[in-house]
Amino acid sequence: MPADAVTIQQQDFDIASAYASLRLAGVGACVVFTGLVRDIHPGTTTDLELEHYPGMTEQAIADIVAAARKRWSVERTRVIHRVGKLGSGDQIVLVGVSSAHRGDAFAACEFIMDFLKTDAPIWKKELADGEQTWVDQKASDRAARSRWREALPQSEPTDKSDS
Amino acid sequence: MILQLRFFARIREAVGCDTLRLELPGDREWSIEAVAALLAERGPQWSAELMRPNTLSALNQAVCDRDQTVSDGDELAFFPPVTGG
Repeated sequence: MPADAVTIQQQDFDIASAYASLRLAGVGACVVFTGLVRDIHPGTTTDLELEHYPGMTEQAIADIVAAARKRWSVERTRVIHRVGKLGSGDQIVLVGVSSAHRGDAFAACEFIMDFLKTDAPIWKKELADGEQTWVDQKASDRAARSRWREALPQSEPTDKSDS
Repeated sequence: MILQLRFFARIREAVGCDTLRLELPGDREWSIEAVAALLAERGPQWSAELMRPNTLSALNQAVCDRDQTVSDGDELAFFPPVTGG
């Protein structure tokens, strides 16, 4: 079982298998985040089409995971991102992190997700009522990423009895 | 000097191609900016997309500034700000 795995795929994913691959002896915490396609314009049916840059996407996410490993103590990570056509409520992304302690797992998971949104070459297009619109990058996503620049790396040891 | 160009998302649709093999005179240095300016001469769609201030470029699959120079065989990509996740 590799320590880190990044997968870009069209098909849906199973959260239980990702979780199982993150569990190993000595791990006290496992955080698995999943992102879903939300109702973009309530009352209308909007599908998404996702495009990515094959090769660069996997490398960009691997770089983000490596940066997270420098900041927090992490055992295993899993990132799965779907591409192609997706509908409302579909699973779109999974970021999973296991660690000895929950603080590291929560922080690393959120860090990976925030950087994925601004650094991984993936693009969304909305398809609604015959109209196709490329989604614009949100200032709130850039802000979520930049707050990690302001925070200093957390390397203080945590209490071993706490997970 | 030969470059392999790639275009993604809105830019790919606007210029009407996803890949392009571009041959450049090898007797001078080419920055990404100079390559973009050359491509912009292909028409208003090219110019609008490649000269848009937020258009990003990646050289051999790593995001880079436009003052970087390119080499024979490089893969150069242009794309809009990313919106995954």
